[in-house]
Amino acid sequence: MKFTKDHEWVSLDGDIATVGISKHAADALGDVVFVETPDAGKTVAQGDSFAVVESVKAASDVYAPVSGEVVEGNAALASAPETVNADPEGEGWFAKIKISDASQLDALMDRAAYDAFLATL
Amino acid sequence: MTDETLKTTPLNAAHRAAGARMVGFGGYDMPVQYEGVLAEHRWTREHAGLFDVSHMGQCKITGDDAIAQFERFVPGDYEILKTGKQKYSLLLNAEGGIMDDLMAGKPDHDGLYVVVNAGNKDADFAFLQANLAGDAKLTILADRALLAIQGPEAAEVMAQHEPLLAEMGFMECARLMLFGCDCFISRSGYTGEDGYEISVPADQAERVWNTLLQDARVKPIGLGARDSLRLEAGLPLHGHDIDASTSPVEGALTFALSKSRKERADFNGADRVLKELADGPSRIRVGLSVKEGAPAREGAEIADADGNIIGNVTSGGPSPTLGRNIAMGYVPPAFAGLGTELKVVVRGKPAAAEVIATPFVAQRYYRKPKA
Repeated sequence: MKFTKDHEWVSLDGDIATVGISKHAADALGDVVFVETPDAGKTVAQGDSFAVVESVKAASDVYAPVSGEVVEGNAALASAPETVNADPEGEGWFAKIKISDASQLDALMDRAAYDAFLATL
Repeated sequence: MTDETLKTTPLNAAHRAAGARMVGFGGYDMPVQYEGVLAEHRWTREHAGLFDVSHMGQCKITGDDAIAQFERFVPGDYEILKTGKQKYSLLLNAEGGIMDDLMAGKPDHDGLYVVVNAGNKDADFAFLQANLAGDAKLTILADRALLAIQGPEAAEVMAQHEPLLAEMGFMECARLMLFGCDCFISRSGYTGEDGYEISVPADQAERVWNTLLQDARVKPIGLGARDSLRLEAGLPLHGHDIDASTSPVEGALTFALSKSRKERADFNGADRVLKELADGPSRIRVGLSVKEGAPAREGAEIADADGNIIGNVTSGGPSPTLGRNIAMGYVPPAFAGLGTELKVVVRGKPAAAEVIATPFVAQRYYRKPKA
């Protein structure tokens, strides 16, 4: 699993990247009450806002950690947005993206680097 | 990460020790949440929530001319208000716009005790200092903290400290010794629940706060839940749902216009207010049920059934109690009827909404049985 400075994570299986927001991000948001995930077929570029997560107080953009084509949005989050708090780096995934450039992952942080980054915040 | 330009309340250290997440609000470093907004919201609806609202402005207006001078700028009749009662009112500018909303009451026989919003207090106090004439005197109570205890168990909690408090009715107020110190107390709040607001000397605030939290029915509640609670109660937030451009008629706050004051037409902005009462305003604040999609928040456009933009949402979000999204905003009166089908536009997507009555969640104020 790799992480961005915007607190998204990405986990690669073949050329399919599962992406979501980190536990740190979910904790910082507080109670998630609404999630808007992208539809299959949508093309996203690394850094694009591709999903929205809303707490009681505010809406926040979620940025694509990699470029590619969305093959599935996590439809289960529409009726159970609290999954993002309960299991942000597992069942609370946002989308699966068929990546177009595997080298983009090289620049992302691994868990140890991300933890070190969090310690600087 | 404290912003050094933010002011603090006497309870700042207590909030931090309790692990609160702090944010800037109204110029103050305030707790937005302790354990989480939803849990705190539900706790207040089911038990008793304790809020630090010391950022709000407290003052006394005294002198023989106090009430006559205060009434020049508010549309409520304070002359006939009995000692031991308070009344919600609006500080109006010359154009009838709402400079602030406030609570003013007579907890003792010495003029008025007034509570105004944190973000407006400096402007309010400067305005009143400059405009109160005769011998009316404004005294800012900067050495006082303000706590609110709200929820269905608030009355039982407070009665343990002072049995007389159980006898107070909604919107009654008093000055008395509580927790061994000189307090102003009113049975009112900003959540739609029964409860009290308690003004205590600043140097006693932490002791009183901790004393109340020792009761297992009481938990500290942050500004996040305070906002979602007041939204469910249909109560406007100044600077968002009402401001210096909106009138009491537009803001759907005509209950704050006393009959005698309308007849006398002797308050700031009376021309506009009375004209709007007679002819109808061009826009009015309504409650909305958002029936699909994302929460509609401040700034979201409101459209009619054909998609024409007719207004804006001024606050909105999920209602934890109702389990759906609610909002308030302004629309022309032709679209303000209960049941009117509208749209709210969130991130470019129109979603079905319907005008519904406020409060969204029934208020549970304590009304004294008639003698």
